Amino acid sequence: MDGLINYFSSLNPMTFLSQLPGNVAQGIIWGLMALGVFITFKLLNFADLTVDGSFATGGAVTAVMLIHGAPVWAAALAAVAAGLIAGLITGLLHTALGIPDILAGILTQIALYSVNLNIMGKANLPVSYRNYDLILSASDIPHAIVIGLIFSVIVIGLMYWYFGTEQGSTIRSTGSNPAMSKAQGININVAKVIALSLSNGLVALSGSLSAQYQGFSDVNMGRGAIVIGLAAVIIGSVIGEAIFRKRMNFIIKLSFVIFGGILYYIAMGIVLWLKMPTDDTKLFTAVIVAIFLAVPYLKEKSKTSFKRVAKQNLKNLKKEAESNA
Amino acid sequence: MLEIIDVHKTFNAGTVNEKKALNGVNLKLNDGDFCTVIGGNGAGKSTTLNAIAGVWPVDSGAIMIDGEDISALPEHKRAPYLGRVFQDPMTGTVADMEIIENLAIAARRGQRRGLGWGVKKYERELYRDMLKQFELGLEDRMSSKVGLLSGGQRQALTLLMATIKKPKLLLLDEHTAALDPKTAAKVLELSDKIIEENNLTALMVTHNMKDAITHGNRLIMMSDGKIVLDISGEEKKKLTVEKLLHKFEEASGSTIDNDRMLLGE
Repeated sequence: MDGLINYFSSLNPMTFLSQLPGNVAQGIIWGLMALGVFITFKLLNFADLTVDGSFATGGAVTAVMLIHGAPVWAAALAAVAAGLIAGLITGLLHTALGIPDILAGILTQIALYSVNLNIMGKANLPVSYRNYDLILSASDIPHAIVIGLIFSVIVIGLMYWYFGTEQGSTIRSTGSNPAMSKAQGININVAKVIALSLSNGLVALSGSLSAQYQGFSDVNMGRGAIVIGLAAVIIGSVIGEAIFRKRMNFIIKLSFVIFGGILYYIAMGIVLWLKMPTDDTKLFTAVIVAIFLAVPYLKEKSKTSFKRVAKQNLKNLKKEAESNA
Repeated sequence: MLEIIDVHKTFNAGTVNEKKALNGVNLKLNDGDFCTVIGGNGAGKSTTLNAIAGVWPVDSGAIMIDGEDISALPEHKRAPYLGRVFQDPMTGTVADMEIIENLAIAARRGQRRGLGWGVKKYERELYRDMLKQFELGLEDRMSSKVGLLSGGQRQALTLLMATIKKPKLLLLDEHTAALDPKTAAKVLELSDKIIEENNLTALMVTHNMKDAITHGNRLIMMSDGKIVLDISGEEKKKLTVEKLLHKFEEASGSTIDNDRMLLGE
């Protein structure tokens, strides 16, 4: 009992509040990555696990470029290019070599681990704001939030434009109905490769910003990224649909992915504030994603369960018999 | 127009499930032919349409459209020549996209798809007028997701998508089989109208003998992966179900064992 009291009295709400801006900044940066996951998971209907690797690739390329004296914008662009290539490889493994989607992503991801180590030369490279002129950094969190939001607006705008074009429409139709797409003359393999490339390019951009924000690039920084991305996408869509219902348009959907990322990191902030061991955060993430994935399914199932339907039918029959009598 | 020369296709060759689906199909359609295709289960009707559409490569033979062999082309490269409506109303349209977006995708069949808007402003008016003729009320729901439509509405929409860009050949694969009789009749009527107004060449697979007789100017019957009957012109006009059955027995040396076909639903 004393332990519990001690535990609660040791929790200082101010600590949580002081950490909140940092959580928001990280949530925005990872929300950009989640937009990449949105492209594959929601639009292309492709569970792409490349992202764990390409996120770290973004960080690795950025760090090495900065260390070799490149300006930060060039480092970020190079990161995007590396991500595009990573996605291209997963796409070719899947379309040209017939490897199933999840496996193609895993293969690229595992290969990227070695590639990332080779790029960096070691497992961890510091890129401190003291030595480099960075786009954003945890040393100035309000600035990082503003920059993150500017990136979000630009990326969401570009995605809104692109997926409204003729070419972008082919990606959406390929994800939703490949048979129809082929019948309408769409090369679905090309659509898949383009979508995977764009997605991983965006993920690598997020990795680049993340490395700058935290002040180092680490070969393990992308571990579990796909699950965090899914968490943001799913939390965002569940909450967005609850608020906007049928008025959810594409821009709102995309905005809620970023919002999902922020919420995820705030939830993480709460978990750490409650002094749960950091070793358990991945477990916590997995549980959250599982819950958000399961809730819509269970809701639908309970509506159409055999038991419930049979009960309702029996009731109706009884009523009918009574009214006939 | 369409010429199919000695096409063979065997599925699962060399296994216990080996199935000779097409066994030397020969067919020549003239411009403007509306040809109905009838036959029992496994006779090769849908397989013939899939061979034309390029769902898989054929084992041997050639498929020509306007004198050009298309049998080496993958499915999406044959699409510019073809309009297709499938048996399952879910297959022909994208449920997650709006009616107008589906139409816009179909209108670009065979064109390069670049970075211009997927739906241009002028298209809205254009498609509204087209949908109005269908009298299904779809013209007022152009921004609705296709997933909200009924099977019949989706099939009608697929029909419009298949013909919005005039195809050289329209392939209708039992496209009314999954609909209730009233809706099926409406979609068939619509098909007739579109084919006639646009002077299209069409192949229509059906399991309904009456439909096969009353629609189109030509009728072919398939059995065991071959075309066993080919009736056109005056003979087709005078055709009845009884005469057709008799002819089938003569041609194939067996009786029809398919109740679904005989009953004509």
